[in-house]
Amino acid sequence: MDLKEKLISSFFAFEEQVDLENDVHVLRNKAIEFFELNGFPTKKDEAWKYTSLNKVLKHDYSIFPKREVAIDYKDVRKYCLHEIDTYQIVFVDGVYASHLSSTTHDKFDACLMSSALNNPKYEPLIKKYFNKIAPEDSLVSLNTAFSKEGAFIRVPKSVIAEKPVEILHFSTGNEAAMMLQPRNLIIAEENSHLQIIERHQSLTENPVFTNSVTEMYVEKRAQIDYYKIQNDKENASLIDNTYTEQHNDSICSVHTFSLGGKLTRNNLNFYQKGEHINSVLNGVTILENKQHVDHNTLVHHQQPNCESHQDYKGIFSDQSVGVFNGKVLVDKIAQKTDAFQSNNNILLDDKSSINSKPQLEIFADDVKCSHGCTIGELNDEALYYLKTRGIPEREAKALLMFAFANNVLDGVKLPAVKQRITKQIANKLGVELGFEL
Amino acid sequence: MLQVKNLHASVEGEAILRGINLEIKPGEVHAIMGPNGSGKSTLASVIAGNEDYEVTEGDIIFEKANISELSADERAHKGIFLSFQYPVEIPGVSVTNFIKTSINQIRKARGQEDMPANEMLKKIREKAALLEMDRKFLSRSLNEGFSGGEKKRNEIFQMAMLEPKLAVLDETDSGLDIDALRVVSNGVNKLKSDENATLVITHYQRLLDYIVPDVVHVLIDGRIVKTGDKDLAKVLEEKGYDWIKEELAQQA
Repeated sequence: MDLKEKLISSFFAFEEQVDLENDVHVLRNKAIEFFELNGFPTKKDEAWKYTSLNKVLKHDYSIFPKREVAIDYKDVRKYCLHEIDTYQIVFVDGVYASHLSSTTHDKFDACLMSSALNNPKYEPLIKKYFNKIAPEDSLVSLNTAFSKEGAFIRVPKSVIAEKPVEILHFSTGNEAAMMLQPRNLIIAEENSHLQIIERHQSLTENPVFTNSVTEMYVEKRAQIDYYKIQNDKENASLIDNTYTEQHNDSICSVHTFSLGGKLTRNNLNFYQKGEHINSVLNGVTILENKQHVDHNTLVHHQQPNCESHQDYKGIFSDQSVGVFNGKVLVDKIAQKTDAFQSNNNILLDDKSSINSKPQLEIFADDVKCSHGCTIGELNDEALYYLKTRGIPEREAKALLMFAFANNVLDGVKLPAVKQRITKQIANKLGVELGFEL
Repeated sequence: MLQVKNLHASVEGEAILRGINLEIKPGEVHAIMGPNGSGKSTLASVIAGNEDYEVTEGDIIFEKANISELSADERAHKGIFLSFQYPVEIPGVSVTNFIKTSINQIRKARGQEDMPANEMLKKIREKAALLEMDRKFLSRSLNEGFSGGEKKRNEIFQMAMLEPKLAVLDETDSGLDIDALRVVSNGVNKLKSDENATLVITHYQRLLDYIVPDVVHVLIDGRIVKTGDKDLAKVLEEKGYDWIKEELAQQA
């Protein structure tokens, strides 16, 4: 039985775990049908031309964990932002781990999707927001069909979430192979502000396949800053489907740091529904071995006077593969759009590769849109210059790579996150952080 | 301090240096002059350890150790500094952070602890003042968008920070107006001591009015063909290089 068949037949078992009377279940039923009809995407799909899921799909994944595994805080402490005070929503093998978490319903809600789905108090919100911007797509549908758990965050009008929220997914390897399908719903109401850090982390070498869906709503004058840290084990794969709807004068930034994992696909989508919106999509990708990261972005400018900024930096060594497929769509009505997109890459080895495909579809006539894509190597002259100043080859290379990624790192507004990522990159490059940026 | 013995070097198979002999003692300033294409910058690069040049014969001895096989960073650790003719632009690295990294990497290689932050800051301020550099300048990306004069000032600033035993100044006067030339040479002169040495590579005599050499060498076709005192530079300024070439032809 292949994974698709296994998933479809598991749906009946899944139904025993959820409330069939809930309106959401109608969506689940529709979604499993859609998935059954369409299956997993293949390289024949234009959007998946450079990324094959074959190697990921071949494992016999458990769809539900057979039993809960208790893990200690000390085992996962290093993956948490313990330097600063945060709320944490932590899952172990897809199951909420209350002893590792600290949720809130105080000034805002940072809690579980399962409680939001089952608590009548949240019913109007679920009705209004759940599965409204995630499109009918086979991977999204698959996630919707099994949607049950994940993070639910709602910041009410004019509330500034005083602490960032961490969404952490750990997999223990208790199953020989595990598939996870978290579903997040994030709502920032008018004038509110929220910061999120999300991380998927496997604790063993067993294969893990995560198909995550996040819907995010940024209402008038609200702001969300979202940091995705992807630095997983060699046998962990992630498909991150994130959909963002923004309204007048809102700001939303998503920073994606892809530093590890077997295969990572980021489907990151922004829909601008109002005016004077700013959308920021930044990424740093540093890969080695046979790692594969695919950034598939969409910014849909649907109203006038909005901005979007995309800046993706990639450094590839060994046989690693990068894909950047960035689409900017400007509707006819969206005059005075200011859309910027840039994708710069450094290939350190002959066998590494990057497929970069910027797409601009502009139907308005008074806009400022630019895009640029570069593929190069480290500058030998710069390397020599650094060496004459006593900086050894490895450190000099690292310094140049940091310099290359610096403007993206500079956009990280939480110092603790910036420090973490800088450290992780330094570890990856095999240098002690003997330099500052 | 530095002995260059029968040095031959080539780039992409083409011989550029054809047997250079040179000895520089502590406290001395040597100047190397010569027409374009004579191999002046190659000599500077080979002393600094540029791997684009292949040393085919001869040795470079620095403080009694043969450094011919050392990489550029290892030579810097030993106290050799090259001021570039064309300093490289490195966006994303500020002048301050670059120099901090450089100093601490050199200290690390010498088995020393990092320089304490307050000491570093004090030194950066002091040396920036010496080179009449604006504070804002220090937070800019290394050489990015710098004018020719700013780049050279920044080179000598780095030299002042690193306090090398041997400084090789490759065409430091090119692209400098008269004020910048004064500031830069004043910087170099202030750093002079009995323990360090300077090798000035220049096309024009002008710089040598400011940085007065003890010894002047004339480099033609990859060989040092004449050596004299600072007056030799003046003669070259007046008469050019042709008369030396003629002298050589007669000898041959």
